[in-house]
Amino acid sequence: MVSILPLTLENATAHMRGKKLVGPVSLTLAPTGFTMVIGPNGAGKTTLLRLMHGLQRCSGGTVAWALPATEARTRQAFVFQSPIMMRRKVRDSLAYPLRLRGMGKAAALEKASHCAASFGLAGLLDSWAPMLSGGEKQKLSLARALIIEPEILFLDEPCASLDGRATREIETILQQAQAGGTRLVMSTHDMGQARRLAQDIIFMLHGAVHEQSDVEPFFTSPQTTEATAFINGDIVE
Amino acid sequence: MNGYADGFWGAWVLIFTFDPALYEIILLSLQVTVSAVIVASLIGLPMGAWLAVNRFKFRRYVIAVLNALMGLPPVVVGLFVYMALSRAGPLGGFGLLFSPSAMIIAQVIIVTPLIASISHQTIRDLWAEYHDLLISMNATRGQRIMALLWDGKRSLLTATLAGFGRAIGEVGAIMIVGGNIEHATRVLTTAIALETGKGNFSFAMGLGLVLIMIAVIINLAIHIAGKTERASTW
Repeated sequence: MVSILPLTLENATAHMRGKKLVGPVSLTLAPTGFTMVIGPNGAGKTTLLRLMHGLQRCSGGTVAWALPATEARTRQAFVFQSPIMMRRKVRDSLAYPLRLRGMGKAAALEKASHCAASFGLAGLLDSWAPMLSGGEKQKLSLARALIIEPEILFLDEPCASLDGRATREIETILQQAQAGGTRLVMSTHDMGQARRLAQDIIFMLHGAVHEQSDVEPFFTSPQTTEATAFINGDIVE
Repeated sequence: MNGYADGFWGAWVLIFTFDPALYEIILLSLQVTVSAVIVASLIGLPMGAWLAVNRFKFRRYVIAVLNALMGLPPVVVGLFVYMALSRAGPLGGFGLLFSPSAMIIAQVIIVTPLIASISHQTIRDLWAEYHDLLISMNATRGQRIMALLWDGKRSLLTATLAGFGRAIGEVGAIMIVGGNIEHATRVLTTAIALETGKGNFSFAMGLGLVLIMIAVIINLAIHIAGKTERASTW
């Protein structure tokens, strides 16, 4: 199967009600890897992810996949910072993306059960999704995104409100997904997590890509004073 | 006070002796109202969902008009339906005037805006919650509407029940288009009006008690069957 990657942004810009949120941004996401988007609050991390995924309309420039956008849309998924729980049981929530793709009900429910087992959600299959704990909700979000076996997965601070144990579980799942061939692009405020997981870093500031490099050089020898300050935990304005 | 007491006593006697005239009226009332609510729900629920997920020119005005139509005067609806179904009217050829079908048509017109408007408000809130997820999942417009209707079904029961409440208690329009004909188009509300006019208070009160009981029992039954409290997070 031909890959939808690389993803190429050329002078991509996003506005909302006349205010520029992001851009112009030019970058290329290679077919493999784990990209971490970091930066202070309001830097444009979430908007950049939404722009790439197609949730945010591009007001200028281009966001181009290797295949037509209609095809690319079906082979990617997004995990939100605040898990959006459908008012269904866990089993039905997991089966829903498969049903959207035309899979039969029985097959979708069976795959949902297998998926739940591999994500440690087997005991919650008949639970009401909105009633789960924060960590369980985020695990369900991740499972729901990965059940369609996306080629690329965008994650917007998925561990932002989780404790250490839940964060570790999510990180393990992400490493397994990457090992399985899923391209990952994630935003985070956790520098330790960025070091543990990422292969390359995009450092955002004031709606633009301020610095972009592989993870090791970024953390050992950042090129800008702002990146240095951010890594050191200083306030970056 | 004696009048009330006699009325209540007479009412219970009619109910528990299974008075055939009373039960004929109850049955027709349920037949007309349930049919009207089913048709109005089939139109109003998808209409409300469609309005919630679509952006188009004059959308605000359409919603404002829909909300205004919730207060549509039943006698005016009755008059329009009467004119449409009368022999000289555009639908006169169907011969529906003074039939239960005419009453159902009038009730559908009265109840549909109510169901559509309440369901629009419910679905709009759910759509705000689901928007990013369903767009991200690449759901088609139809799939989005179906997901919202399915996941909002417990809240949408309220819209349907509001429609049922309005329809079962409606008198003006169905009096005009049904004619309140005995054994043909006489329903609870029109019969109450007639019996009150005749001074037959016990029968009128029997009908009134039944009307209230039907409303309460159906609401309770739907709430229990629909497990409307299940989605609560507290």
